Amino acid sequence: MSAGTAKLNVTVAEVKPINDLVTRFKFVRTGGGDLPTFSGGAHTVVEMQDGDITRLNAYSLMSNPADRGAYTISVRRDDQGRGGSKFMHTRVIEGMEMVISNPVNLFSLDLRAKKHLMLAGGIGITPFMAQMHQLSMMDGHFELHYSVRTASLGTYAKELSERYPGKVHIYHDDQNEAIDLKTLLANQPLGTHVYVCGPKGMIEWVHGTAEAMGWPREAVHSEEFLAPASGKPFEVKCAVSNKIVQVGEHQSLLEALEAAGIDAPYLCRGGACGQCETNVIGYDGKFLHYDHWLTDEQKAGGKHIMPCVSRFEGKTLVLDR
Amino acid sequence: MTIQFNDETFRGDFTFRNSEWAIKRFPFPFHEDSYMYSVNMEPHTSYRPGSVFERTFDVDEHYVSEMKDRAQVLADDPLRCQSLPHMTLAGWDLVELIMEAKAREYPDLFELHKNGNRWRWVNKPLGIDDTFTFLDESTLPYGPMEYITRQTQGDFALLDQRDDNLWMDAGMVTTQADWSLDFDIGMNFFEWHAPVPKAHEMGIFVRALKFLLNIQQGQPARRLNWTMTVNPLLDTSPENYHKWGEMKQDLTLENMGSKQHLRVELQTFFRLPRSNALVFPIRCYLISFGDLVTVPKWGRRLHRVIRDLPEELATYKGFIDNRPMMVEWLSQYDDGSPTSDGIWPDDD
Repeated sequence: MSAGTAKLNVTVAEVKPINDLVTRFKFVRTGGGDLPTFSGGAHTVVEMQDGDITRLNAYSLMSNPADRGAYTISVRRDDQGRGGSKFMHTRVIEGMEMVISNPVNLFSLDLRAKKHLMLAGGIGITPFMAQMHQLSMMDGHFELHYSVRTASLGTYAKELSERYPGKVHIYHDDQNEAIDLKTLLANQPLGTHVYVCGPKGMIEWVHGTAEAMGWPREAVHSEEFLAPASGKPFEVKCAVSNKIVQVGEHQSLLEALEAAGIDAPYLCRGGACGQCETNVIGYDGKFLHYDHWLTDEQKAGGKHIMPCVSRFEGKTLVLDR
Repeated sequence: MTIQFNDETFRGDFTFRNSEWAIKRFPFPFHEDSYMYSVNMEPHTSYRPGSVFERTFDVDEHYVSEMKDRAQVLADDPLRCQSLPHMTLAGWDLVELIMEAKAREYPDLFELHKNGNRWRWVNKPLGIDDTFTFLDESTLPYGPMEYITRQTQGDFALLDQRDDNLWMDAGMVTTQADWSLDFDIGMNFFEWHAPVPKAHEMGIFVRALKFLLNIQQGQPARRLNWTMTVNPLLDTSPENYHKWGEMKQDLTLENMGSKQHLRVELQTFFRLPRSNALVFPIRCYLISFGDLVTVPKWGRRLHRVIRDLPEELATYKGFIDNRPMMVEWLSQYDDGSPTSDGIWPDDD
């Protein structure tokens, strides 16, 4: 059995459009009963049966971790994407039975922190919603700075401002408002931890600014799930299972292995956790490494690949699967 | 099953004994005739009814006496139980994990009644009936981790997960194979394993850490580890080495069968849901050589394993001086015939 694939059978209890781009989904356990408790920052992997294709996307849990009656997630529609978010928006309806994974947390709070400073961009707000629930129950000290495109696309901005008065700061791009990161970081008490979730550029900006200002690496936390990139189809030979697998243009290598019945471990499916790391036995061609896991030396070494997001172009690729 | 609890000691007069039942279910750790380190992890799922692998937290005939011994160790040395401030939530996770599992798996011994956050916990073997508020420390006589681990066999390390590492930030450690919580508290995975020989070169710890960081909710894992102990001592701590270290010199061929014990640790690993910490219970099982060789396969195999063990390992495990005598004694029980694969006795 693959790691991280302990499954939960759930029923969609509510589908609620939040704005033009974001829809919220509520899951309850099929047949009743409690769902597992989780920690703020955790995600679940949602399985989608899209015809012959099984899509597996990771979404942050945004509900109160102490509420074992239901999980909620919010999905931003990505029209350029490979179809997972579109499936959620167009095909998932109330009453539908689905399968999701047990909660997995790759973005947990550092509970030693004297203060938690949260920086969110767009749909990156969702893990913070669960974390703020958790911290407010524990009388934790936190502050959220949330950057949105416009007021109407500011998912949950209004309710969060109301729920946590004085702790939530909203910045609207269309009004030229922006987080003054340097000033913000300069004025934090000792023992503050910074968390960022949002677009790639925002994450790099926060890490870069904090590092330049002398913040310890361990005090800055981020989460970014990559969507697998599309690319040219390629062929891979799996030495252990003795199978030849074709990877389609809009399919990830991991998805192709799964479709061929090859057991490949995974957790985040977004190039972050390292679980699916696969040894390369031989190759003639070029790797397209897109993950955050392998070091630059490993990427250059040609001995490892992260099949959840990375691809290959060339004549032959032989994997230890 | 109703367990008959022994009234026995793990110090002084050493009245600890294993019944026939306890011998048959002993977790013999060698699946073949030799031993080397490996990341020998498997899912901690219920396996082989009656064995120590059947329940989430095994309770056996030594339970009540082991808890008395723990209380004595803590009275003498309170630093055996420590929890850094950020680990309290993990302590509550552990309270929930153990109470739910024991009430579900041993309904004749333990009961848990929940009314929202108001919980009533009944522990019949220890005569405890407490009502408290979950997540409110002021309603328990001890911190949450200490409260529940004073009622659960085995040592417990609570490991915080951050910076792609695990940190020994809380624990209850009174039945240990010569390591110290007070020394290790606050250390990361590589720091507290620094004294272990050979395994670093073998890359064992890098692989083991990677495995542990990825343990997920609902998917606990387990492994066995082992060492040797002269006399059935639970507390073989560095703090008390001056008391037990010299006992190793009392071993003779005549008293080997009753004094020398194989000490096996059933180590399990669980992801804790609220804190995202890992809990690492280390449950100690002791068996005298005399009892062990009543299972012919185990006697033959133990002789071969101890005889052929690399010197560094026998030194690290603390029995290098006694090894020749142990091998001589065990050789009486090895007729040279082949042993079957796996850890279980042949008659099963």
